[in-house]
Amino acid sequence: MGALAHYLEAAGVATTQISLIREHTEAINPPRALWVPFILGRPLGVPNDAAFQQRVLLAALRLLEAPSGPVLADYPEDAPPVSSDDEAGQACPVSFASQVAESGVRGAIAREVEALAGWYDLAVQRRGRTSVGLASVSMADAAERLVAFTESSELAAIDGLSRSETLKVLIEDLRAFYYEAASAKPGAPDAESIQRWFWFDTAGGRLMLKVEEICARHEDASLKRLAATSIVPRAVSRAVRA
Amino acid sequence: MVRLADLPEWDRKIKIEKLKELDGFDGRPWVRPPPLAECRIAVVTTAGLHRKGDRPFGQSATDYRIIPGGTRAAELVMSHQSVNFDRSGFHEDHNVVFPIDRLNELAASGAIGSVAAYHYSFMGATQIRQLEPKAVELAALLKADSVDAVLLTPI
Repeated sequence: MGALAHYLEAAGVATTQISLIREHTEAINPPRALWVPFILGRPLGVPNDAAFQQRVLLAALRLLEAPSGPVLADYPEDAPPVSSDDEAGQACPVSFASQVAESGVRGAIAREVEALAGWYDLAVQRRGRTSVGLASVSMADAAERLVAFTESSELAAIDGLSRSETLKVLIEDLRAFYYEAASAKPGAPDAESIQRWFWFDTAGGRLMLKVEEICARHEDASLKRLAATSIVPRAVSRAVRA
Repeated sequence: MVRLADLPEWDRKIKIEKLKELDGFDGRPWVRPPPLAECRIAVVTTAGLHRKGDRPFGQSATDYRIIPGGTRAAELVMSHQSVNFDRSGFHEDHNVVFPIDRLNELAASGAIGSVAAYHYSFMGATQIRQLEPKAVELAALLKADSVDAVLLTPI
């Protein structure tokens, strides 16, 4: 992202940026950057905390007042820890661990999607939004298409997208559905416990691992690339293989 | 996030590998913007955000999507190719990635001059020098919107 700062500034537009990986920002040395001690994916630090976000934002914008540069400042305030009593597998009010073992993936996924629908709806009502909707198909349909792909290695493209793009939007939607449903649990599970629940305790997570496996050895190079970065987080892959 | 020294060895290696393509920006461009209270500000994010119905980002995409300032949060989705970052924060509150509401509040309070009519989103997962043509194109669009300064947000 620091490259964009260089290019924009060279073209006459002043820039300031938030940095999540300090060493990368040091290397690229953009005109102005504020390094923040937050997890990847949360550059403003804390969801639903306007005051916290405002402090981070102002600190980044105030770098525009520096008389000379480059400037790389450190933001001093950590994101407060999430108070959560979650144990592994309890990030969501619905636990599926036993069901997955008892039935095939197709049945297990269909039951999960049905069981999570109410929690997902609650999350949508609370937030007034959802990030599900990249693919214009229902969640049951998205799940079925992914299950069918794991059986046949074939996938019908939707909405004029390529095969890998289709797979990507189906994956994004299904995962977002599970994550958003999990977030509806009272006590707001943190990012890590939601991730742990999805990847290790649901048939949905198991399906994604299977999709990745098939993509990794698929003859379609674009699916191979998808498997490399876009389906299973590296930390999860490593834990599963360990 | 944590420093590289705090990461597991395998993750640190991946991020150190990335360092190789980051150096070599020898130029030190420096544009002095007006005082913050007069600045018109746009957000440019590399989070792979766009509106529902916009074409999702493809692998290694270097193009951008336009996010009009009045875009409702309910319209924003993310199709970034990487799954190696937290998405639950964005699911909860778009401002944790794309702080448009906070920026509008700063404009209302007079801390900044104004908020741009258009904001832009890239997907940062690409060879960074391939971003130059689109960045140059973007600079012209930003100037046409009278933008004085850009806030870049990563993911």
